Amino acid sequence: MGKSVMIKVEKLNKTFGDLHVLKDIDMTVNESDVVCVIGASGSGKSTLLRCLNFLEVKDSGTIYIGGEKVERETHDLNEIRTRVGMVFQHFHLFPHMTVIENIMEAPINVKKIPKDQAYKEAKGLLVKVGLSDKESVYPGKLSGGQKQRVAIARALAMKPDVMLFDEPTSALDPELVGEVLVTMKELALEGMTMIVVTHEIGFAKEVANGVVYMHDGRIVEVGHPKKIFEQPTEQRTKDFLDSVL
Amino acid sequence: MEWLNTFIKSYPVFLKGMWLTFELTAVAIFIGIFIGLFFAFLKISNIKILEWIADTYIFLIRGTPLVVQIFVFYYGLTSLNISQFLAVVLGLAFHNGAYIAEIFRGTIQSIDKGQMEAARSLGMNLKLTYRRIILPQALRRAMAPLGNQFIIALKDSSLAAFIGMYELFNVATTYGSNTFDYMTYLLVVAVYYLFLVLVFSILVRYVEKRLAVSD
Ligand SMILES: Nc1ncnc2c1ncn2[C@@H]1O[C@H](COP(=O)(O)OP(=O)(O)OP(=O)(O)O)[C@@H](O)[C@H]1O
Ligand SMILES: [Mg+2]
Repeated sequence: MGKSVMIKVEKLNKTFGDLHVLKDIDMTVNESDVVCVIGASGSGKSTLLRCLNFLEVKDSGTIYIGGEKVERETHDLNEIRTRVGMVFQHFHLFPHMTVIENIMEAPINVKKIPKDQAYKEAKGLLVKVGLSDKESVYPGKLSGGQKQRVAIARALAMKPDVMLFDEPTSALDPELVGEVLVTMKELALEGMTMIVVTHEIGFAKEVANGVVYMHDGRIVEVGHPKKIFEQPTEQRTKDFLDSVL
Repeated sequence: MEWLNTFIKSYPVFLKGMWLTFELTAVAIFIGIFIGLFFAFLKISNIKILEWIADTYIFLIRGTPLVVQIFVFYYGLTSLNISQFLAVVLGLAFHNGAYIAEIFRGTIQSIDKGQMEAARSLGMNLKLTYRRIILPQALRRAMAPLGNQFIIALKDSSLAAFIGMYELFNVATTYGSNTFDYMTYLLVVAVYYLFLVLVFSILVRYVEKRLAVSD
């Protein structure tokens, strides 16, 4: 159907000392796909995302971003990272900057976009995440859900082709999870390509068109959410789902 | 009220001495901050040889008395036709630089790793990340310990008297020895030091407050 490949991973391996954290990971994510990554703590989900954003140095394997084989040696990783947005579990907003400054920081200083244009775009993003009244507030004054929505806006400000989410709602009080998931769902509906590490099975069922189950550094099972959640092939997937549901 | 009389009569000379003390300290701290930042970056560079250079510098400074360092700078630099003032200032600056380096290293490393990652994930390079994200936060955190160090530097500047700088302490001992009334003049000079320390503390607190507005 002519959807282009956005991210492709081949035989990706990553170790921390003696610890083999990612084992021969193969993965393909097409444009406008929403792929949820699930798996037990320590199975390597975060490490996988961090490799995709080159925050972690892989041991071996190949990563293609937008069809292009990206290597640390030959590519400007800073430029690559502007195309791959990342949202963290603990937000990591810049506490010494206001909400709007957080969003404008990278467009102005990395992309060299004129201030007034960056400001206009940032305001647009704040409207989009429903926080237009928080423009001049410092992150310390925001709730967790608001912080995460600002973090999403900050990543979107670079106009990335893909967004990576690492447990974006895990640090939130239960009543604040919904607002962040709504924002993410809207983003998915707009056609953003997303890889989401999450334990929100409801979100995965509703929004994702692919689920990846990781266990002990390997991708054990991949499939449509319906299939993975209702008829998993692998016993390990079954056991994991029983434990989280 | 003999003491008060002495205090009032001697104030022109003491004010001059206080000004010199202030100048010595302020310039030394100003230079010391840059020295401190420089060595702090060497220490966090993850490059063995640079770390070793920083460690050696800090070891030498911490391991020897300030008065020795001042004499070394004094004899070393004045022999190169550098003014007495600048020689002492540099001595004080390099002394304080070692302590300031440790302060900066500590506060830079205390910034949550997530800040670095968030900035890098937005495509910011290392230099930009330090300049825009890490350092502004680290400097804020450094204000309190830096303030402490400034006050120590202020009092330490009295050692400049040993090489004949006519700063506060030298004024006091000179008057003391001329009149054989050391105690009175030492108490007088103590008041000037207390005043300076007070001014420094207020300044530091003011800056700290201004910076803290955003947190
Ligand atoms: N920088 C690091 N140094 C050493 N070991 C690490 C490092 N980062 C991760 N690990 C280890 O790698 C393994 C995988 O970690 P990772 O964070 O990718 O797991 P995860 O699936 O995201 O887990 P969680 O659900 O707890 O976030 C863990 O055993 C972890 O302890
Ligand atoms: Mg994780």
